[in-house]
Amino acid sequence: MTNQQSNSANPNLNLAFRRKQNAEEMKHQVITFAMMIFFTVIAFVMVAMDSISSWFTIPVILLLAAIQVIFQLYYFMHMKHKGHETIALFIYSGLTVGLITVLVFLTIVWL
Amino acid sequence: MHVEEKFTDATWPASPETATLEAKNKYLGFWLFLGGETVLFASLFATYLALKDKVPDSSMPLAKDLFEIPLTFAMTMILLTSSLTSVYAMYHMKNNSFQKMQTWLVITVLLGFSFLALEIYEFNHYVHLGHSFTSSAFGSAFYSLVGFHGAHVTFGLMWFLALMIRNAKRGLSLYNAPKFFVASLYWHFIDVVWVFIFTVVYLMGMVG
Repeated sequence: MTNQQSNSANPNLNLAFRRKQNAEEMKHQVITFAMMIFFTVIAFVMVAMDSISSWFTIPVILLLAAIQVIFQLYYFMHMKHKGHETIALFIYSGLTVGLITVLVFLTIVWL
Repeated sequence: MHVEEKFTDATWPASPETATLEAKNKYLGFWLFLGGETVLFASLFATYLALKDKVPDSSMPLAKDLFEIPLTFAMTMILLTSSLTSVYAMYHMKNNSFQKMQTWLVITVLLGFSFLALEIYEFNHYVHLGHSFTSSAFGSAFYSLVGFHGAHVTFGLMWFLALMIRNAKRGLSLYNAPKFFVASLYWHFIDVVWVFIFTVVYLMGMVG
């Protein structure tokens, strides 16, 4: 479901390979984290600056949130690895129903 | 591979979270649960958006009067960092180093508690400003959504602590590795929900 294994019969060689691969993956995770922090800071700075129109700010911060969530799901929660097809079905079904709910409450439900 | 098999670093599987049938089923079942949680939070978001700033009289505070950047920013950074520290914990789990995993989980739990402390301070502050659960439809929707997230953080912390204490002297096995992994997935999901809360509730609330 996650890392590829080397096919060597020597378990110690296999171990060194896996350690290296895990360290490599951890490096990618830290880069992902740095990007998430960067996007968060941009969103907060845009809101802090009153000079920017809210018609511009709101779509941009929503887009930044969506990108962050994709990072979180695919990197931190490992959805980019093989064998996550059923899992993707579950989470996207949830997101679809959720999006429809939000849309309904914002449009045809009025108070 | 048997759940109680003793492993060395070399024989420890590359993906312990899915190495046994029980673990595979747990992993899949947990994601089904997360799909359901997505729908639950979406309905709370929808309710909040429909009832935002709906207050009975004009003297009551609205979203733009309540929310402040520094506190929200601090809470966001704390929760985001705790997501990374739990990734570090799972990195050490995959390398079969139990003590390092425990250390990173301790850091994660401490960050989680500081997030919760700030949230309690925040709610207390709002109540003093006249924004409470019963004061308006806006208040009810706000505390339901953000409070539900806070309850998830609390549950996540209890979950981590229970696993850490219960397995403190046992070390890692294929029996408990999937448990740690699933708890860390839950923690990431809490962070996913917070990304939408800080954007939709706080930032959009401050923009107007």
